[in-house]
Amino acid sequence: MAEQVVVRLEDVHKIYRTGEVDVHAVRGVSLEIGKGEFVAFMGSSGSGKSTLMNILGCLDRPSRGRYLLDGIDVSGLARDELADIRNHKLGFVFQSFNLLARTSARENVELPLLYGTHRLTSKELTARADKVLESVGLAGREAHHPSQLSGGQQQRVAIARALINEPEVVLADEPTGNLDSRTSAEIMGVFQSLNERGITIIMVTHEADIASYARRNIVMRDGLVQYDQPVKQRFSAAGEARKLSDSVALEVEAPT
Amino acid sequence: MKILSTLKIAFRALRRNKLRSVLTALGIIIGVGAVIAMVSIGNGAKSQVESQIASLGENVILIFSGSVTASGVHTGWGSAGTLKIEDAEAIRREVPGVVAVSDEIVSTGQVSAGNQNWFTRIYGESPEYFDIRKWPLEDGASFTAQDVRGANKVCVIGATTARQIFGSSSPLGQILRIKGVPFLITGVLTSKGLSPQGTDQDDIIIMPYTSAMKRVVGGTTLRGIDVQVGSPNDLDPAQQQITALLRQRHNIRPGRDDDFTVRNQQEIAETATATARVMTLLLAAIACVSLVVGGIGIMNIMLVSVTERTREIGVRLAVGAHGRDILTQFLIEAVTLSAIGGVIGILLGLGTSRLLSIFAHWPTLISIPSIVAAFFVSAAVGIFFGFYPAREAARLDPIEALRYE
Repeated sequence: MAEQVVVRLEDVHKIYRTGEVDVHAVRGVSLEIGKGEFVAFMGSSGSGKSTLMNILGCLDRPSRGRYLLDGIDVSGLARDELADIRNHKLGFVFQSFNLLARTSARENVELPLLYGTHRLTSKELTARADKVLESVGLAGREAHHPSQLSGGQQQRVAIARALINEPEVVLADEPTGNLDSRTSAEIMGVFQSLNERGITIIMVTHEADIASYARRNIVMRDGLVQYDQPVKQRFSAAGEARKLSDSVALEVEAPT
Repeated sequence: MKILSTLKIAFRALRRNKLRSVLTALGIIIGVGAVIAMVSIGNGAKSQVESQIASLGENVILIFSGSVTASGVHTGWGSAGTLKIEDAEAIRREVPGVVAVSDEIVSTGQVSAGNQNWFTRIYGESPEYFDIRKWPLEDGASFTAQDVRGANKVCVIGATTARQIFGSSSPLGQILRIKGVPFLITGVLTSKGLSPQGTDQDDIIIMPYTSAMKRVVGGTTLRGIDVQVGSPNDLDPAQQQITALLRQRHNIRPGRDDDFTVRNQQEIAETATATARVMTLLLAAIACVSLVVGGIGIMNIMLVSVTERTREIGVRLAVGAHGRDILTQFLIEAVTLSAIGGVIGILLGLGTSRLLSIFAHWPTLISIPSIVAAFFVSAAVGIFFGFYPAREAARLDPIEALRYE
C-alpha cells in the first residue's frame, strides 16, 4: 500500500434511528486508504456503501468509531467545521453531475472557491478555473452552460469543480451512472489520468467493469467490508474505448 | 463569502424567473408607491390647510354670535344676532393684550356698476380688519375711523369682484351700487386665494360696519368680532377674559350655555390640521397593509424558490458552504427583490403624486423622510419575510438536499 495514509476508519458504525427501529447501516468498518490510491466501493443497495461514502465525504458523522482524514479526526466536528473540511480536503463528483443550471462551466468550477478562505481576485479565480477545465479536456467550453454540454462534458465540469481546491481525496458517487458505455470509458479515463497525477480517488459503483478501472476494490455487504483486494486485471480507459469504437480518438490527458 | 458574488448570484436567480420576480416585486412596488403617493397627498392637504390658516392673520381670536350648542340645539356660528357694537367696544376697552378689534357684519347681495353686475359677499368691518387679517390693499386706500363714524358710503373691493365688474380698468373712484345704494370705491385688496373651506376670499366687498348696518343690511347686531392680541401668550388669557366679559354683559347665569362662540386661530388650525393628519395616517396605514401583503408574496415565492433549488443548496453545502452562507444568499435575494421593488415603488409614488397634482389639482407635498423610510421599510420587509425561507434553506441536510428530486 501507499506510504502515506489519507483516510483511516477505525471501527466506524452508523446507526439511523428511524422511529422505533434502529437501522444499523454500517457495523464496524476499519480500513486505510493511502495517498494516490484509486479505490472503488461496491455492493448491492443496502450494503452500507452509500452511508460509508457519506461519512467519507464528511456529509455525515459516524455514530461510533473514528474517522481520520489526512490525520484530522473529523468524527466529532460541527456542521460548519465539516463544511470547511469538505471545502479544503474533498472534491465531489455525483451521478447526476449536480451542476448549477444556467451557470457557465467556469462559474460552476469556481463554486467551491466562493466558500473558501483564499484571497484570490476574480481574475485569478477565472484563471484557475480555466486551467482546471483545460486539464479535463474542456478548453474552449468555459462559457458554456450545462444545457449546452453533453453528459460526458457535464461530468468533466463536475470533475473540474471537484479538483479546483486541490483536494486530498476526490469522492465519486456512481460517476458513470447516467452515462453511456463509451462516455463512461472516457470519464474513467479522466479519473485514471488524475490518479496517475497522484490524486486519491474513492468511487462508489455497482458496475463491476467500472470498478475494474480502479486499483483497489472494496465490496461491502450488510454494513461490513466483505472483500478488499487490489484489482488484478485493470481496465485502461484507452484500451476500452478502442474496443467500443475504433474510429473515435479520445483525448485523455497526459500528466502535466 | 463575498457580498459582491452573493449579489451576483441573487441577481442571476431573480433573472432566471423574470416574470415571477416582477410579479413578486409588484406587491412591494404597489405598496411603496401607495405609501409615497398617499403621504404626499396627506402632507399636501396639511400644508395647504396650514397656509390658509396662516392667512387668517396672527394671534387672532374670532368671536361669533350664537353658540355651537344653544340650549342643546346645534345652530351655526353667527346664526343668532347676539353680539352688539357695545360688546366690541367693551372688549376694546377692558381686555388687556388686545391690540385691534373689528366689528363684523356679513351679508350677500347684488352689486352693479355701469352695465355690469355681480353677486358677492358684503362685509362690514372696522378699518383695523385689514391689519388683523394681514390683508393689504393692492391699490387705493382703506376707509377710515371717520368713515365708520359717519357711516359713509365707501368700500374696498376684492380682486375677484374688481375683475368681474370692472375688467381690466381701475375701479378706484368708481361708483358701485350695492343693493341699489351707491358706494365710492376707495381701494382694491390684494388677492388672497381660497379659504380653508374652499371659497374665493377675493370675491368680496368690505365697507365700514356702520355703513353696512345702516345702508345695506339693516339691524343692529354683529355677526362676529375679530380680535387681535399682541403675542401668542396673550391668546389664552384674552380668550378667557372675553368669554367672561361677554357672559357678564349678556347676563348669562352660571351653568347656562354661552350665546356666542370664541375660537382662537390656533384652535382652528389644530382642528383643521388634525383632520389632515388623521387622513394622512389613515392613507399611510392602508398603504402599509399593501406593503405587508407584498412581503407575504415575497415570502411565498422565496419558499417556492428554496424548494426548487434544494439540489443547488445541497451542492453548495457539499462543496463547503456554511449554513450562514446559504442564509445570506437567500436573504440577499429577498432583500434585492424588495429593495428593487421599493425603488421602483418610490418612482411610481412620485409619478402618481405628480400626476395627481397636475391633472386632479390635488395639493401634494413630497417629503424626503417618507421616501427614505419607504426604502428602508421595503428592505426591512425583504429581511423580515425572507428570513424564514432563508433559514429553512440554511437548515437543509446536505445529503437529503442532494438526493432531492
